[in-house]
Amino acid sequence: METYDVITGNDAVAWGARLSRVEVIAAYPITPQTTIVEKLAEWVDKGEIDARYIAVESEHSAMSAAMGASAAGARAFTATSSQGFLYMFEMISWAAGARTPVVMAVVNRALGPPWNIWSEHTDALMARDTGWIQFWASNNQEALDSIIQAYRVAEDKKVILPAMVMLGGFVLSHTAMPVRIHDQDKVDQYLPPYSPPHYVLNPKLSEPFAYGNILFPWDYAKVRLSIQRAMENSVDVIKKAAREFQEIFGIWHGDLIKEAYTDNAEMLIFALGAVAEQAEATAELLRKKGYKVGVVKVRVTRPFPKHEIAKLANKVSRIIVIDRDISFGWDGILAGEIKATLHEHNVDTPVTTKIMGIGGDDILPDHIEKAVKEVYNK
Amino acid sequence: MSEIPDNHLILPISKPTKGAGGKTGSWRVFRPVILEDKCIKCMMCWMYCPEAAIEAHSRNEVPKINYDYCKGCLVCKEVCPVSAIKSEREGE
Repeated sequence: METYDVITGNDAVAWGARLSRVEVIAAYPITPQTTIVEKLAEWVDKGEIDARYIAVESEHSAMSAAMGASAAGARAFTATSSQGFLYMFEMISWAAGARTPVVMAVVNRALGPPWNIWSEHTDALMARDTGWIQFWASNNQEALDSIIQAYRVAEDKKVILPAMVMLGGFVLSHTAMPVRIHDQDKVDQYLPPYSPPHYVLNPKLSEPFAYGNILFPWDYAKVRLSIQRAMENSVDVIKKAAREFQEIFGIWHGDLIKEAYTDNAEMLIFALGAVAEQAEATAELLRKKGYKVGVVKVRVTRPFPKHEIAKLANKVSRIIVIDRDISFGWDGILAGEIKATLHEHNVDTPVTTKIMGIGGDDILPDHIEKAVKEVYNK
Repeated sequence: MSEIPDNHLILPISKPTKGAGGKTGSWRVFRPVILEDKCIKCMMCWMYCPEAAIEAHSRNEVPKINYDYCKGCLVCKEVCPVSAIKSEREGE
């Protein structure tokens, strides 16, 4: 039965995993992710969900266990943040190469030193080259729904890649909002049980074999190219998953991007996750003040929505990219990606990077308004 | 070079087969040698060999080392309870 509740982003993620009928959860606690897996552990303990919970000694092992479960044909889930994410990094790359469609929630948190537990996007953006599909949730409902959509996309026979769903630490993870918890039957209709089309590492089902032994360069390149092809396939799969989600649940979070106030806009703001949600609220205020500002939530950073972004960028005269992250010695990470996209598509709209909210500093409408006014009449 | 296959799911799967990695015996520096008159046919060497390069078909026979694949790790020499395996440097 469909219900409504006021829950945190982390509880919403746990509900997303529960409704997706995850079968194996392997995780190690880290702030601000911990309450996701605590909630799931509680449900497993009470027998409310039919899943195996593996308490591991590190994030590296968490991903290893999740990957092993997925290779054996189970729907696997894990969650992490920041330092734990980096500790897991070797296995993050491996999970994509192993073609294990694990779904992981990444609660974005700044990296040390100095120690900091608050929101920043640099952690997950570091993994944009690993072969994972990357979703960014901008509110708690989207966090829940993106977990379900992520499984749908990751397990699609044309894709078979792992997917991560990001949500801002504390801004979403520990902030309660009204969330619709969907009817289980509807979710089952949207997301059928996982049925691996490629291999099942299970001695009861097949002859023994090994995955990923050494290959010489030419054969290695063929295998790695197939990851690129799967990423290319995922563009249409993500769009279809978003459309069908809307048909069944009546909710539209966007597909690779979500537009707001982009009609006849002269300037566009690009941002990720909750920052984009804040930019959308600010754009509403700025429109009333006569500024023709639109917002593009970049909902997926891999595959990167190049065509969609170039098309929108071509219609405006100014672009601001708000980055709650930085690639030291280069630029805001999203800004860098957007500049490369525009160059590739011969769009010469000037792009201004605004790096804000590093280490969890609040990004308020005043800050966004100031940034817009600085660039708007230039 | 052949044409690049255009497939989104190319899987590096390997099935166990004899000598999949080539004749790894050429890696060997030390050669284990079973002393037939000392061997008690306990099969400890056969069980511990990490490369399955020791062949034994019955408890009545002295096991045989397959030098095509034995890498010379000498685990067999270590585990032999009656010191019936000696080692010789290759090429001497």
